[in-house]
Amino acid sequence: MGDLINIFIKSAFIENLALAYFLGMCSYLAVSKSVKTAFGLGLAVIFVLGITMPINWVINSYLLSDTGIFGTDLTFLRFILFIAVIASMVQLVEMVIEKSSPALYNSLGIFLPLITVNCAILGGSLFMVAKEYNFAESVAFGLGGGFGWFLAIIGIAAIREKIRYSAVPPGLRGLGMAFILTGLMGMAFMSLMGIDPAAF
Amino acid sequence: MSEVKVAEKKSALFGKNEKKLLIDPLNDNNPITVQVLGICSALAVTTLMNKALVMSIAVIFVLAASNVLTSLLRNSIPKQVRMIVQLVIIATLVTVVELALKALDYNTFKELSVFIGLIITNCIIMGRLEAFAMANSPWRAFLDGIGNGLGYGIILLLVAFIRELFGKGTVFGFGIIGPDAGYLINTSESWLFGWYANNNLMVLFPSAMFVIGVLIWIHRGIVNKSLVDVS
Repeated sequence: MGDLINIFIKSAFIENLALAYFLGMCSYLAVSKSVKTAFGLGLAVIFVLGITMPINWVINSYLLSDTGIFGTDLTFLRFILFIAVIASMVQLVEMVIEKSSPALYNSLGIFLPLITVNCAILGGSLFMVAKEYNFAESVAFGLGGGFGWFLAIIGIAAIREKIRYSAVPPGLRGLGMAFILTGLMGMAFMSLMGIDPAAF
Repeated sequence: MSEVKVAEKKSALFGKNEKKLLIDPLNDNNPITVQVLGICSALAVTTLMNKALVMSIAVIFVLAASNVLTSLLRNSIPKQVRMIVQLVIIATLVTVVELALKALDYNTFKELSVFIGLIITNCIIMGRLEAFAMANSPWRAFLDGIGNGLGYGIILLLVAFIRELFGKGTVFGFGIIGPDAGYLINTSESWLFGWYANNNLMVLFPSAMFVIGVLIWIHRGIVNKSLVDVS
């Protein structure tokens, strides 16, 4: 259990998907104009990451590896299968949100289907393969990574709501400032590298 | 890069519109600084010029090829499943790139690690397929792909140049400025540059954000004032 918490803390704070690996930057920058929408998107990302990671783990270890049911190395199919799982899961989340919360659905707009092309999701699955996690570890990694991404987008959205009242130079307004803020947040998160997750 | 030159020559014969497809994404409609697409991979691979160059070539190839394929299939793809079809096309091409890179340059492949796979989720590609290739002829889609790929590549190489030069004192691995005899300017002996030290922050991840932020500032504040965000 300590191991799993270790992975959760590490993937949420120290190896933050958004701030340390730059994953999911497109929606991160585009949907972070208000905290409310950022909150919804963040939750959707946690959910999709938490679901797709274990499914992709099963696919990778039982279908694609040479010890799986086909007995041959099919890893060249990895990208296609991973992205297919992610696309169908996003479709599912979209339908659920549309039914349960039409307001959130409307405010997320185009960015809900775009979770499919949110690199954090596919990147998470690819990192999971590269780091050779087992099933439970991949769940912890998925939830932790999603939670870290959620924190990052809420943080930047809150800062961007405040900075709208500041006198930013014209060329930097909007996008430029968002980049520099993300850089500063990245530096702040770097200081979390000093945490020893083994202490938990 | 030879295919790029061919495309430029032919487009000159074709007229203004085709030329515009190639030139527009370089400045007015740059995928990174204006459309804000494909940031994820742009930031992570820009610590070294070499990585950035390989990544740019891979993206130009995937973007042009997937644009052409989608454009060819555009009338036979049902609207409801178009995302999946597009993703399968992209994923197939990226697998081709991954296997080719693995065979040709294994070290760069190792360095890029998951970021080659992440070309699939590079929003530029999906965005161009949705916005352009689904509604245009293959030749125009090809030019659009090359143009956007180049617009992406230029920013990538620019950021990588700044980060590698100021972070490690090298360009494409060739030493320019540093503390021993392996560099063009040896700071430990030169009387002019004795104060200079390479800035390690440039190699770390926040610097990519700062560099792109400042590039956007320069782009909007000096080069192209019409792009300033007024909201």
